[in-house]
Amino acid sequence: MRVKRNLKIQAIECGTVIDHIKAGQALNVLRILGISSDFRATISFVMNASGARGKKDVVKIEDKKLSIEELNRITLISPKATINIIRDFKVVQKNNVVLPSYVEGIVRCTNPNCISNSNEPIKSKFFVLQEDEERVALQCLYCEHVISENIAENLL
Amino acid sequence: MSLKNRHVISVKDFSREEIDYILDTAEKLEPAARGEERLRLLDGKIIALLFFEPSTRTRLSFEAAVHRLGGQVLHLGSVEASSVMKGENLADNMRVTSNYADLIVLRHPLDGSARMATEFASVPIINGGDGSVNHPTQTFLDLFTIRRESHLEGLKIAMAGDLKYGRTVHSLCHALSLYGAEMTFVSPPELRMPSEIVRDLQKNRISVKETDSLEEIIGDVEVLYMTRVQKERFLDPEEYEKVKNKLKITGDLLSTAGPNLKILHPLPRVDEIFPEVDSTPHACYFKQAFYGIPVRMALLALATGVIE
Repeated sequence: MRVKRNLKIQAIECGTVIDHIKAGQALNVLRILGISSDFRATISFVMNASGARGKKDVVKIEDKKLSIEELNRITLISPKATINIIRDFKVVQKNNVVLPSYVEGIVRCTNPNCISNSNEPIKSKFFVLQEDEERVALQCLYCEHVISENIAENLL
Repeated sequence: MSLKNRHVISVKDFSREEIDYILDTAEKLEPAARGEERLRLLDGKIIALLFFEPSTRTRLSFEAAVHRLGGQVLHLGSVEASSVMKGENLADNMRVTSNYADLIVLRHPLDGSARMATEFASVPIINGGDGSVNHPTQTFLDLFTIRRESHLEGLKIAMAGDLKYGRTVHSLCHALSLYGAEMTFVSPPELRMPSEIVRDLQKNRISVKETDSLEEIIGDVEVLYMTRVQKERFLDPEEYEKVKNKLKITGDLLSTAGPNLKILHPLPRVDEIFPEVDSTPHACYFKQAFYGIPVRMALLALATGVIE
């Protein structure tokens, strides 16, 4: 009998696992967390993995605890993601991400005439509105424009 | 109630009680707005009028309002000759102008500019129109006109014309919903009221009806708020002509109107209201333009705190 081995992604000893990310959004999750080439910790991720509730993405970040605010930003692109804090290969804490009511400097306003897209010394600011269980919309604090689609494509 | 140092950016920032207080104040200032009384309430105060895009009516009426209250105005002058052309941003402009004036009236072409200005100014800002978003003094004067010439509570109102892009009708809908209203929206299908606004109104238990015919509704409403349909909204000039001809207020149309119907229009009009309507008791749009003075006087006096 052949032993079925899971080679896709290894368990981590210590760190954060972001599970149940909407399929195809793992790279955007890294982006929204500000994780880029100068990030020192080890990151591994799978995209479009089969799970009990259909396809999903998973991101594992080793030896690094992200702040609650950072993690909650993930709701903007994947409201149903879960956060697992791992110690000694065990899940010591499991949380759903919580929708923040307000976000700053993460998303670009899609209204080209918005003052936040000009040369003013301001960050973009949005109120977060929950459309339904799966969808989130953002309302620009300045121009009141609502972004209800393609939020991931407008990440700063 | 004090509105001292309050910014006036959007009507949505005000409660019904605050709106009533502003309209009550405007009513008290009406004789002075007509020049029947001389007031010195803003004596020694400087109001900066920073208009970064052309505007005739709003600028003139603000200037008249300041003069009627005995204050002084400070002008930006032409944008071409100002620091803006040297590349100064609005944030710095607000910081600097706050040192020169007691209140800033700002009109700016970018959406959301007035809200941003409040982050950098240390004096109250009155939004004189920011791009296509808000024009609160227009909404306050629309409400004042309706209150003076008809009534606000439970009003049967029709709004006609460009309901899709018209910021004045969007803000007015929100404000009237605080008083309960029966609203009818009259527009061609391509310029219908945005569905989010209709949904919000219905959530607030406002009855909403939509049609494309003025004839159908003219006998049933107390106020008809007319707006201009702009040619540039149509790709096909023929389509524009067709729509324009359908949305016209003529003497004939008014023959089926109730005796107390009042017609409002934010002006300028082109040919959507025929001149023959001007002399009828239904026409309120020139009075409406005058009411802009007491309303702006009230906002200036309340925000500077000279009336508390």
